Amino acid sequence: MRPQEALAAPRVRTSRGWAGRITLGLYLVFLLLPIWWLVNMSLKTNTEITTTLTLWPHNPTLANYAKIFTDSSWYSGYINSLKFVALNVALSLGFALPAAYAFSRYRFLGDKHLFFWLLSNRMAPPAVFALPFFQLYSAVGLFDTPLAVALAHCLFNVPLAVWILEGFMSGVPREIDETAALDGYSFPRFFVKIFCPLIANGIGVTAFFCFMFSWVELLLARTLTTVDAKPITATMTRTVSAAGMDWGLLAAAGVLTIVPGAIVIWFVRNHIARGFALGRV
Amino acid sequence: MDRPVNNRAWLLVLPVLGIVSFSALIPLMTVVNYSVQDTFGNNRFFWNGLGWFSELLDPSTDQGGRFFDALWRNLLFSAIILTIQVPLGIAVALSMPRSGWRVSASLVLLAMPLLIPWNVVGTIWQVFARGDIGLLGAAVNGLGIPFNYTQDPIAAWVTIIMMDVWHWTSLVALLAYAGLRSIPDAFYQAARIDGASAWSVFRKIQLPKMKRVLLIAVLLRFMDSFMIYTEPFVLTGGGPGNSTTFISIDLVKTALGQFDLGKAAALSIVYNLIILAVCWVFYTVMTRNDARDVA
Repeated sequence: MRPQEALAAPRVRTSRGWAGRITLGLYLVFLLLPIWWLVNMSLKTNTEITTTLTLWPHNPTLANYAKIFTDSSWYSGYINSLKFVALNVALSLGFALPAAYAFSRYRFLGDKHLFFWLLSNRMAPPAVFALPFFQLYSAVGLFDTPLAVALAHCLFNVPLAVWILEGFMSGVPREIDETAALDGYSFPRFFVKIFCPLIANGIGVTAFFCFMFSWVELLLARTLTTVDAKPITATMTRTVSAAGMDWGLLAAAGVLTIVPGAIVIWFVRNHIARGFALGRV
Repeated sequence: MDRPVNNRAWLLVLPVLGIVSFSALIPLMTVVNYSVQDTFGNNRFFWNGLGWFSELLDPSTDQGGRFFDALWRNLLFSAIILTIQVPLGIAVALSMPRSGWRVSASLVLLAMPLLIPWNVVGTIWQVFARGDIGLLGAAVNGLGIPFNYTQDPIAAWVTIIMMDVWHWTSLVALLAYAGLRSIPDAFYQAARIDGASAWSVFRKIQLPKMKRVLLIAVLLRFMDSFMIYTEPFVLTGGGPGNSTTFISIDLVKTALGQFDLGKAAALSIVYNLIILAVCWVFYTVMTRNDARDVA
């Protein structure tokens, strides 16, 4: 489908009436209930959490959030996470853009095999890589740095980025490349000045996906860091104190990890469906 | 669209090749290396041939028994997940609003669970399903049904499956919705003129048009459910007993917990090959369909 058509026909024939509304409504309630319970808990004191089961906080308190924002062992976790996620998005896009262009425009020796090999890395279980990564990054002196985690996440994000970008690039007619070449544009200049703006949506969607998969990953991020670059997800796995679980604090930290994702979704909301189809609709 | 042959395109692919080789090929070689060696400690290794593999693939040994148990658990889990999530995802996509702000709102809400870090997903359900402080656990117990996922394997499985449905059905729904959006209005007008029922519109128009994206959905869901680690690790830690120990959990236990390098490496390779084989089948079917659609 050409891009213009996609814009002209955004309406979707979906089932009308009560059946549809009830299905969607019930499903959204099912999605929101656990999240609301987490938010609810984060605003309670531990005594209220463990002694009574209340549907909303009777003595609302922001103490849990205050602790996270003032204790550096907590808030540095967020900063570390954002650091490696940002690095990973930049690396993934930088590497994937030229490769996706090659796959979408040319046939070359071994292209199909190469493409599947790339995808196969997205399919490899991270658990397989935990131990060798630990040794590799220790050996090259990157252990416990944001760069180590960013590079490790390239394992699945670069193939994914190539896959999505290739889908979007194939939607751009090749006549544009040829016209630009006739007008005397060199390839790098054409790529940056003309081509990239044309697939800006695709780049945005790809960045979103790299952000998403890097942000949610725990196993590799935890294995490759100890103190200096410890991500928030790893910090959260250790909230057991002498007095038992600190549920309120855990819930508050959880709520704060949802916020960046929610902000990012809002920016790509109109392209999200096409993005999830990897640009192939 | 026929693409011209140009082998200089390799130059554009080289950077990707470099980075993926660094982060995939070198570690994989390490794994292969460990899988054929044994050690007495002190970093002194000796050749063990295929010893680890024959132990792993023989269900009568301790290692092999654990592997096959975990494998069946994984396959059962993936099968249950796919049978619930695919139909439910299609149903949700079909009941999306037509247009306006409600579409954007629904899309944003649907995508929410996908952007929550996986261990937080585990935490959310750990809390939500607890009998003492969780809404779900307390409600089920209040109905007179005993429900305790830390003691009862059935309850643990129910909780993990509900958690995964909660976490990932949105992905299927968003993909199916993208497929539905690509159907031109003319198809529906033609169906109306023919007096087609809602069911035959679904069977003859919507489902065939969604086939491609649904294949991607099934592929992604199979892969990710087969390598699930973080969520059950946080929720149950593999228990009670071993009832929710999936292959990933077993692997991390062997590799980083017991530091049994040879066993872990052999397990990694077999695990990887299973996923690779299944994905290759899917990929072949997918690209063949694509080729047929273009023709």
